[in-house]
Amino acid sequence: MSAVRAIAVHVVRESVRDKVLYNLILFAVLMISASYFVGLLSAGQEVKIIKDLGLGATAVFGLLIAVFIGIGLVSKEVERRSIYTLLSKPVRRHEVVLGKYCGLVLTLAVNLAIMAVTVYAVLGYMSVTGSEEFRRGLEAPATDPAMLKAFFLIFVQLMLVAAIALFFSTFCGSLVAAGLTVGLYVVGHFTADLRSLQDVVDAPVAGFVAMGLSYLLPDLAAFDVSADVVHAQPVTIGYILLTVGYAFAYIGALLVGAMAVFSRRDFT
Amino acid sequence: MSSGLPERIGRWVSRPVTVAALVVPLLTFAVLLQVLKARATPTTPQTQQLYLSSGAALGRMALSFDSVVADVYWIRAVQHFGGTRRSDRGEKSYELLYPLLDLATTLDPRFDIAYRFGAIFLTEAYPDGPGRPDQAVALLQKGVQHMPERWQYLMDTGFVYYWWLHDYPEAARWFQRASTIPGAPRWLQSLAANTLAMGGNRQDSRALWGQIHETADDEWLRAEARRRLLQLDALDDIDRLMSEAEQFSVSTGRWPEAWSALVETGRLTAPPVDPLGHGYVLGSTAQSVTASAESPLAPLPDEPPGVVTP
Repeated sequence: MSAVRAIAVHVVRESVRDKVLYNLILFAVLMISASYFVGLLSAGQEVKIIKDLGLGATAVFGLLIAVFIGIGLVSKEVERRSIYTLLSKPVRRHEVVLGKYCGLVLTLAVNLAIMAVTVYAVLGYMSVTGSEEFRRGLEAPATDPAMLKAFFLIFVQLMLVAAIALFFSTFCGSLVAAGLTVGLYVVGHFTADLRSLQDVVDAPVAGFVAMGLSYLLPDLAAFDVSADVVHAQPVTIGYILLTVGYAFAYIGALLVGAMAVFSRRDFT
Repeated sequence: MSSGLPERIGRWVSRPVTVAALVVPLLTFAVLLQVLKARATPTTPQTQQLYLSSGAALGRMALSFDSVVADVYWIRAVQHFGGTRRSDRGEKSYELLYPLLDLATTLDPRFDIAYRFGAIFLTEAYPDGPGRPDQAVALLQKGVQHMPERWQYLMDTGFVYYWWLHDYPEAARWFQRASTIPGAPRWLQSLAANTLAMGGNRQDSRALWGQIHETADDEWLRAEARRRLLQLDALDDIDRLMSEAEQFSVSTGRWPEAWSALVETGRLTAPPVDPLGHGYVLGSTAQSVTASAESPLAPLPDEPPGVVTP
């Protein structure tokens, strides 16, 4: 486990060295400037829009980190030939994969935590400076703790995306791995459409294949509860547990696959 | 070649002072050229376009970001309405307003304010709005479909029939329906009964706007209700002023040419002003009294013939 920890810490350090945390400054500037301009443009909907924008921007920034760091975790080591140095050390190949993944998840966790704090700070400021009438008119309190559910599910979704990126990274070059990960991210939002394809096409085989794919491909839309929390709709603990369980099972399968591919890969 | 141009450039860019000395004038020059170009070739304002009109397609393309895209369309709707309303171009076209609101509410079906404000925007009479109560009703019905528990949409629908279409039986039907929703205020029942019995009298209109003012969740909606209440006060003022002018006309045989004529005869103490302090306009040929075009209360709402005034 110490090898996994050491590799994970190295990934986090490398992301700091690669100025990944600079995105947080951009995020903070985006949120603070949006809170000002949206107030001028939105006819009294600034809190809703800041919540939507905060959760949306967290998902986008997190996705960029998960994809662009994830695809480089293994493939860049191979392309730069630094993989030989790494593998010459007393570390097993599966520990490399696991350590890299844990490092990326840790990087995502730090980023998302800071983004969540920034969103709450902006909303808190709006709430404190707003009038009593303004606060009374809100669908949900500006600093509604229920938003943490949305942040948490975005984090779990990004853990899954990171696992996909890492999996492709073990046997593809960076560019191909990025294409495949982004492709799967997009398709992962259409699983419900795939499931209903057999109702709209008169081809039973195609319908059956689409149905199978809809269950096999990662259902990434399930992690999006932003609209519910913004409109103060309930998101049950049962739903969260089910979605997290689904994600962990999928991540487990992807990591086992990544470890298997990486363990058999010939670098000579 | 050792002290050639590349080496000198290398030395320049390594010194912050020389970098600033080059970058600042170059950027200033670029901005200056841009300003000159903009002045030399004034651009005509672009007609707004809606490239995608299918909310379902847009929702799929937005992936997990439907709410953010809905917000963008909402802001576009507000900008389109406000921008067109305030523009001084001759022909005002609000044709994108309903599609923008429709897209915003398709992408975020629980976008409460988009239904309620949207309905207000759509009903405003031309040129201050598109004057499309039919579209307002359609938008509110969409809200009812997604959130049947919101009595406000049913009340707003009744209100469109009451205030804009003057269809009082239909308005009463919607007020009645709204009153049956759990949590709806009790005054909706009496409003339904009054609307059905008396047709729109000004006192009921005042009561209706007063209730909206009291119960609205949003400051913008409250401000709109305040404006409507002041318009009703202005209508009362105009009735009173018309009566004074007509009495003057009967006693002197001529319509007063200015407010000063009524002041001089003691019928008024001063030239009358509306509740926001803008002077009323006395029509010399049309024998009318209207709100000043500069007043935020103008234009005053139409009232059906034979309206019962308090």
